[in-house]
Amino acid sequence: MQTSSQPTPVMLLPADELETPPLSPGQLAWRRFRRHKMALFGAVVLILLFVYAFGGALIFPESYANYTDTSLRLSPPSAKHPFGTDTIGRDVLARTIYGGQISLIIGLLAVSIESLIGILVGALAGYYGGFLDSLLMRITEAMLNIPEIFLLIVMAKFFGGRIPEIHLLGRVFSGSVIVIVVIIGLTSWMYLARIVRAEFLSIKENEFVLAARATGTSNFEIIFRHILPNSIAPIIVSATLGVANAILAEAYISFLGLGVQPPTATWGNMLDGANNYLESAPWLWFFPGLLILLTVLSINFLGDGLRDAFDPHSRAV
Amino acid sequence: MGRYIIKRLLQGIPLLFFISIILFVLMMNMGDPVATMGGRRVTRASDYERLRRQLGLDKPIYTQYLYWLIGNDWTKTDVDGDGIAETPGTRRGVLRGDFGVSLVTRKPVLQVIGERLPNTLILMLASEFVIIVGSLLVGVYSALRQYSVLDHIVTAFSFIGYSMPIFFIALLSMYVFGVLFKRWGLPYLPTVGMFDPQAGKTAAQVLWHMVLPVLSISIISFAAYSRYIRSTMLEVLGQDYIRTARAKGLPRREVVYVHALKNASLPIVTVVGLDLPLLLGGAVVTERIFAWPGMGRLFLDHVSRSDLPVVMGILMMIATAVVVFQILTDIVYAWLDPRIRYEK
Repeated sequence: MQTSSQPTPVMLLPADELETPPLSPGQLAWRRFRRHKMALFGAVVLILLFVYAFGGALIFPESYANYTDTSLRLSPPSAKHPFGTDTIGRDVLARTIYGGQISLIIGLLAVSIESLIGILVGALAGYYGGFLDSLLMRITEAMLNIPEIFLLIVMAKFFGGRIPEIHLLGRVFSGSVIVIVVIIGLTSWMYLARIVRAEFLSIKENEFVLAARATGTSNFEIIFRHILPNSIAPIIVSATLGVANAILAEAYISFLGLGVQPPTATWGNMLDGANNYLESAPWLWFFPGLLILLTVLSINFLGDGLRDAFDPHSRAV
Repeated sequence: MGRYIIKRLLQGIPLLFFISIILFVLMMNMGDPVATMGGRRVTRASDYERLRRQLGLDKPIYTQYLYWLIGNDWTKTDVDGDGIAETPGTRRGVLRGDFGVSLVTRKPVLQVIGERLPNTLILMLASEFVIIVGSLLVGVYSALRQYSVLDHIVTAFSFIGYSMPIFFIALLSMYVFGVLFKRWGLPYLPTVGMFDPQAGKTAAQVLWHMVLPVLSISIISFAAYSRYIRSTMLEVLGQDYIRTARAKGLPRREVVYVHALKNASLPIVTVVGLDLPLLLGGAVVTERIFAWPGMGRLFLDHVSRSDLPVVMGILMMIATAVVVFQILTDIVYAWLDPRIRYEK
């Protein structure tokens, strides 16, 4: 490489050295990602879903989504109510818009908590090893041995019904939103912790870590500034797929009536009790269910594409 | 091998202790079981105190855990509230097979669970059977005809199945096969319950009512399994010994179904072994939708009434099943694949 102060020699280089500049890892990943048609499709659908949930709020005010008109209860889809109305006459379309906001926000926030715990546990266990490692991994293993839905139910009971309503941006949210975010985060970090630990175990053997240690870099800095950035790819993939799982978890727990409490709508709690109207009002469960499926499906496509893009060797089955 | 099994079992025991402690701490805040006990009648403060004492709920958490674990028949407890421990305990503790008595029904926990467990098991085993047989057929077919139309359909389907929430596929299939078929005058499937009360609990009735739940559970896992079988089958078909088998003139049928399939189905054992106990968890939502009287519904009913002994019993049973199945899976895998040798 020549410095910019000597521009002329570049012109004299033989043709085969004048190839395209090397691509950064990010550019390479983007090239691989672009080839993944399903992942692009997933990304587009996901953007549309975000536009639906957050753009739709510009058309329908929240008061409309919570407006009850019992004379209109369970009316089938019509021009005025394209998705029909629910058991107390609320517009299902407006509720899927506001429910979508909450469901998507829960998915993102829960994954933030999940990543925070998962990275911390995995990094500490992988970096320090020894007793700390076996203690943290036994906890991880213990949590993994109980199916997530049971843990969610038990934790929903544990934290449930004690957080008051939240006033934010001029809107009122049920306090159970926070509870759900926390319990989903608390019950889903285990796989991420294992992935991060494995990454740390292999990366910490590298020479640059030894060099960092030799120059007296603190453990904190080695963990978070030297090793963690090198293991970011699997974390991003895992976190992306984690959003899908968090949205599903919210739907399951709200479907069982233990999740977010009305009047705050989520796609999950709109389904609660909908099976009682299986025959008479299929629109009650069809639209929220379809939206959940679409969201989870496109996130899974996206995560799959990211996995291939970041690591071409580990092709998913 | 024997030593390996013993070692794994010994590792499993502290793990289960650990799980029981985590769960027990979580249980402490599940709500007040005495509050829901009175039913219509409001409990008097003195009765309330007495009930808590009799149930041992006034004790600190570590004492409650100890009594749950090893029983309290070795000590005396204070039941009448005069501060003197005089009544000998009767509980024998989980370690001696006594999971306590349900706070709701006053029946032994093992009996309460035992009444519901078979219902869940027939649902789960039938689903697992459908999943394995179906995915073997489709997986082998799409491996042999890679990139055919069916192969592409299965690929697309596997992603949808994997992302499908169980309640959505359940409601959808109930609507199509239960409601629409009825409307169209076709033979329709029952959507709720385990049998028609008028017809009684006959094998035919139960089978007929099982169709939709089994279908819903299977669709979720079926697609992923068949993709898995497809990829292991493709891998095996590319190996040298398959070429050798072909070269020595064995019929294609024998090469595929005897030589290749045998090795390709090995990794499936792992997936099935690890999935089986988790199916018990998937049952919570399925049983709720289909009103199937199994363990999942039992769990929900008793969680809502803060029935600690039953809830702990169910959770510990599932955790034990997960641990045992993990060990079994490793053993079966080593037995099937002689290349695997576990360290002593």
